[in-house]
Amino acid sequence: MKKIYLLDGLCCANCAAKIERGIAAIEGVENASVSFLTTKLVIEGADDQMDRIVAEAEKIVKKVEPDVEMEEY
Amino acid sequence: MNKRIKRIIFGAALFAIAIILPEEPNLLKLGVFVAAYGVVGYKVIWKAVRGIINGQMLDENFLMSVASMGAFFVGEYHEAVAVMLFYQVGEAFEEYAVGKSRRSITQLMKIRPDSANLKTEDGLVEIRPSKIKVGDVIVIRPGEKVPLDGIVIEGSSALDTAALTGESLPREVSVGDEILSGCVNLNGLLEVKVTKRFGESTVNKILDLVENAANKKAATENFITRFAVVYTPIVVACALLLAIVPPIIIDGALWSDWIYRALNFLVVSCPCALVISVPLSFFGGIGGASRAGVLVKGSNYLEAMAKTEYVVMDKTGTLTEGVFRVEKIIACEGFREAELIEWAAKAEYYSNHPIALSLREEYGKNVEESQIGDVKEYAGEGLVADVMNHQVACGNVRLMKRITSYEGEFPALVGGTQVYIAVDGKYAGCIMLADRIKEDAVKAVAQLKAAGIKTVMLTGDSEEAGRKVADIMGIDKVHTGLLPQDKVVLVEELLAKKSPKGKLVFVGDGINDAPVLARADIGVAMGALGSDAAIEAADMVIMNDEPSKLCRMIQVSKKTMRIVYQNIIFALGVKIGVMVLSALGITGLWAAVFADVGVAVLAIINALRCLK
Repeated sequence: MKKIYLLDGLCCANCAAKIERGIAAIEGVENASVSFLTTKLVIEGADDQMDRIVAEAEKIVKKVEPDVEMEEY
Repeated sequence: MNKRIKRIIFGAALFAIAIILPEEPNLLKLGVFVAAYGVVGYKVIWKAVRGIINGQMLDENFLMSVASMGAFFVGEYHEAVAVMLFYQVGEAFEEYAVGKSRRSITQLMKIRPDSANLKTEDGLVEIRPSKIKVGDVIVIRPGEKVPLDGIVIEGSSALDTAALTGESLPREVSVGDEILSGCVNLNGLLEVKVTKRFGESTVNKILDLVENAANKKAATENFITRFAVVYTPIVVACALLLAIVPPIIIDGALWSDWIYRALNFLVVSCPCALVISVPLSFFGGIGGASRAGVLVKGSNYLEAMAKTEYVVMDKTGTLTEGVFRVEKIIACEGFREAELIEWAAKAEYYSNHPIALSLREEYGKNVEESQIGDVKEYAGEGLVADVMNHQVACGNVRLMKRITSYEGEFPALVGGTQVYIAVDGKYAGCIMLADRIKEDAVKAVAQLKAAGIKTVMLTGDSEEAGRKVADIMGIDKVHTGLLPQDKVVLVEELLAKKSPKGKLVFVGDGINDAPVLARADIGVAMGALGSDAAIEAADMVIMNDEPSKLCRMIQVSKKTMRIVYQNIIFALGVKIGVMVLSALGITGLWAAVFADVGVAVLAIINALRCLK
């Protein structure tokens, strides 16, 4: 299952890389990528674990960049 | 004007006042300095505090706060405020540059239509394109974008197709013509019957492709991300050593002095310049390519394209126009010429091969579907169809020899191709067709050779036909008479033969070549506008029919890679240089901030050149 989010307010490329690494390390995530330019976050993961993955991803985003809002695309 | 700039101006004014103020009373002067610092830097400090709470200790904000506060405490008020000011100006520039590049990307996305005018019984209704169904009729006024793919049922106009094909010449359309979404209607009013849902239409496919291109990252891009992972701990370790070791070892060394140096060292080290500019360069390259009418599915392909060693091309539809015209018909005794065409057109009724299209066009009449029964295709030979209860075979000599007992000569046209026909197992005659070489293809091959790239042509056609085309164009090597699976084998041989770093590009029409497109390092589909299969299978798609776009793409990829390497070398060079100088205590916080934000801004500006 693939989900796409917009990271509104993402303004630091290094943070984008940190978020990407953080989310990729969540258990059950098959692939995660953050594009700093389109400010898009793409998460691929197992269907039945997606809710938990997204919740954890949101925590990571908030931790690295408290000002960024994660919106469903 | 945004808040940051207002803060910078206000802070700068306070800073100027603080400088002019007389030394006495000292407290007032210090107070204004602190106020200036607070105005300029409070957000940075606030972010640093939040970072610490969230366990993100070593971010830019933290480093800047500690370094500038350190300067304050050692009595360098000027430096503390000035550096924070400088940092904020740099950040503002960086934000501007990032914003600009994001905008130039959305500019590419501007082909996305916002609304469509649906024709209903109560007149026109403006609704979202995604709400429109296949078969609906929409009206496109002059100046509007074509929102969905469809067929013109009334009116005529000129369309600007530049966003799709990079072609500047408008295309004339009238009743019966197919039009693709993403074009702009220039002058006439058009009524269009929709043939594809928005999700399936050309414009949406292209947007998806460009937007998702960023997800397939180039090796260089991944290297930068991986690099940042090892780089940060190493730098932090170095900074710690720098702060602790010298004061212990060296006599009379001050702790404050070395800690300050270590902080400068850390400010320099932020890898932002690299992390932004490398992906940005690739994105710019992809954007520049799509402006030229070439879609690239990922920056990895752009990177590979710069190392092209072999270009393998399919002949039909790629180098030639793929439109065959019937040149000559030779009928055997007992058959008339018109009869041969009729048999062939009917037998090839379901085929979408270019030759089948030409045969049907030559026949010119509608074919009754009920007249055609089972059709069996034999790869590399042709097909056998049940037409009006006769068994009709259309194909090459191999098929004829297998099916008929004919032992005479099979006529052949030099430089052309022929379809042999047998009816009920009896050889009936031959239809000769010729294909024209694209003018642009000759130029493309010449340019490829000038760039030192080896060219190879593959074709299923006969030796003579293939060789003639290859000779006219000056292609290095030609393989003829190939079956689809032979093409894969040949491409694999070439892949084994090329140098380890060189890349093999295969260019085909994308419909019959899917396995080869997938096997090559870079598969390029040609003239694929609107063809779903090609967009699926290929790594790059040339939207109009021009093979010379290949050379343009190689140029774009080389330029992109040059800019990427320039940025890596420049950013790392300046950073390492300034790190060494700050460790030695030669440069201060100023140079450190420049090496952080200044370098990032310069690298972004350089990366933006990729778009052009």
